[in-house]
Amino acid sequence: MKSVVDRTETRKGRWEREVVGPALRRSPERPGPFTTISGRPIERLYAPEDVGAIDYDRDVNNPGEFPYVRGIHPTGYRGKLWTMRQFAGFGTPEETNQRYKDLIAAGGTGLSVAFDLPTLMGRDPDHELSLGEVGKCGVSIVSLADMERLFDGIPLNDPMITTSMTINSPASMIFAMYLVVAEQHGADWKKISGTIQNDILKEFIAQKEYIFPPRASMRLITDVFGFCSKEVPKWNTISVSGYHIREAGSTSLQELAFTLRDGLEYVQYGVDAGLDVDDFVPRMSFFFNSHSDFFEEIAKYRAARKLWAGAMKNRFGAKNPRSWQLRFHAQTAGVSLTAQQPYNNVVRTALQALAAVLGGANSLHTNSLDEALALPTRETATIALRTQQIIAHESGVTTVVDPLGGSYFIEKLTRDMEEGALHYWDTIDRMGGMVEAIERGYPQMEIAEASYQFQQAVERKDKTIVGVNDFRQTDEKPIEILYIDDTASDQQLARLADLKRTRDHDRVRRTLDALKDVARGQGNTMVPLLECVRAYATVGEMCDALREVWGEYEEVPVI
Amino acid sequence: MSQKIRVVIAKPGLDGHDRGAKVIARALRDAGMEVIYTGLRQTPEQIVSAALQEDADVIGLSILSGAHMHICPRVMTLLKEKGLDDVQVVIGGIIPDVDLPKLNAMGIRGVFLPGTPMQHIIDYITANARVRVEPV
Repeated sequence: MKSVVDRTETRKGRWEREVVGPALRRSPERPGPFTTISGRPIERLYAPEDVGAIDYDRDVNNPGEFPYVRGIHPTGYRGKLWTMRQFAGFGTPEETNQRYKDLIAAGGTGLSVAFDLPTLMGRDPDHELSLGEVGKCGVSIVSLADMERLFDGIPLNDPMITTSMTINSPASMIFAMYLVVAEQHGADWKKISGTIQNDILKEFIAQKEYIFPPRASMRLITDVFGFCSKEVPKWNTISVSGYHIREAGSTSLQELAFTLRDGLEYVQYGVDAGLDVDDFVPRMSFFFNSHSDFFEEIAKYRAARKLWAGAMKNRFGAKNPRSWQLRFHAQTAGVSLTAQQPYNNVVRTALQALAAVLGGANSLHTNSLDEALALPTRETATIALRTQQIIAHESGVTTVVDPLGGSYFIEKLTRDMEEGALHYWDTIDRMGGMVEAIERGYPQMEIAEASYQFQQAVERKDKTIVGVNDFRQTDEKPIEILYIDDTASDQQLARLADLKRTRDHDRVRRTLDALKDVARGQGNTMVPLLECVRAYATVGEMCDALREVWGEYEEVPVI
Repeated sequence: MSQKIRVVIAKPGLDGHDRGAKVIARALRDAGMEVIYTGLRQTPEQIVSAALQEDADVIGLSILSGAHMHICPRVMTLLKEKGLDDVQVVIGGIIPDVDLPKLNAMGIRGVFLPGTPMQHIIDYITANARVRVEPV
């Protein structure tokens, strides 16, 4: 103990010494460790001295003002609530079409398409690797005919319906299909809005649904940027995604740093391809995880807006404020759901959704309670949507903009997340950029390490997971789940055979040849892809044509 | 000294979600086993061939996509054909309860669902891996 009063001692220091010290001697704290789910140490209290270096006007500022820490909309959710966008897809296009109609009827305000693995990997249902996968994790889309069935009776010319499509390696092919269906519905490409994920970098880093090598993949993406800036100006051309990075086991900080650095890489490639920053950056959007550590997640979103605004203005010289404003979709953490006592997942999801809302999410997906076991049933998907509606309409958190702004803890954590991310950016910049870092396996190794450390913390019970490593229950009754049998697969295989008998073969071959020519040389790949789609070429055929030109990527696995 | 248990960890099918496969590979290695991770998108033929070449005692399959009822029977048939009946096959991932008896019936008894402690998997493999005959 100090015998002399230290004149430089802070108020917090004095409190620790005079108040906390004696209290701890009477009754010690729990053993801890007091860290976030990402392993970040957290102090017992945050006070004015923790935010002393933060200048409100320069570093935080008001909602709707640079650097947008407190949100991009001056009125927060008082103007418009977030879009309640539930990701759904399974089986045949008809089954998924029915689920969309149910979600719209239940008050969902946006559609979000989940594709099955063969579609995501650019394989037709009759490929050997598609065995057992058709229609299982999402909807099977083989050709334009399936896209027509998927949106049957859902008017794509209605501005109230925006569609997000989680598709990456074959993003251009699926987008071309959507554009042709929109045209059939009488929609004007200049007016329609929606999103394609189209984020290949996080596939190499985390989700691993890559097909082509990195540089060829980046060309497909910049081609979409270029095409949309002229032809489909309201379309969100990319959703730069941290969700999958987090699900692969990264920390919250790694999710933030790698995702935004991916974003910078896309902007750089776009600029290098001759595009003007302000012509395509306003149509870029982001997608983050909303995990279980409440405050760390909120700080992550606030830091993300600030980092992006700063980088666009200073690093790329963007002039249009829309280029500075980071818009993001959030999804609650699938990885946090437990197969044990699945009803507890409703509570986890509600807390995670609340964090996303307090962090200013522009759209949100809430997971269903049964997703550690299977794809959700109609009932569990409805509860997930109701969770958002309760937050929006009953909790009161939507009446004030950024209600946690000014909290010593939140502002300090926001600053720490920002600084940590900038440190990661420096490391990646020194490697030559994100593509180079990925080729060296850097983000992959960082994530694998974090994921293992977390698992070890769970094994040691440093981190408690209710119902899994503590508070277990032995007499659990199984719940009813959605079981997807092989009907969809059989049907899609039969349809594919039928399509191959009836379409104009010469036209298919000609359009695929034209695609290969553009892929080998110059030109925007979207143009020949639209022709392939109109000829009812399959996703597998279009991807095979590009595999022939560009080859396939194979990773060296890191454990 | 007993020989190390040799484990092939494989991710069959088209799914790329490899957090589970990588975490378990590392945990088994840290527990003293010899671990070979095949990487992604392996066909049953490639997996069985890896087991043969690596002289594996155990094959660990990680499947989250729902394709297990197609992939597992094929792996088991190929193992029999190659005379590798004594290789223990375990599976981890998202497996609906209704499939458990079917998997058991084809000889896959180690089925590990989300939330299984690593130590439980390590103990199971240690207790059930085939006994190696030491070369004299």
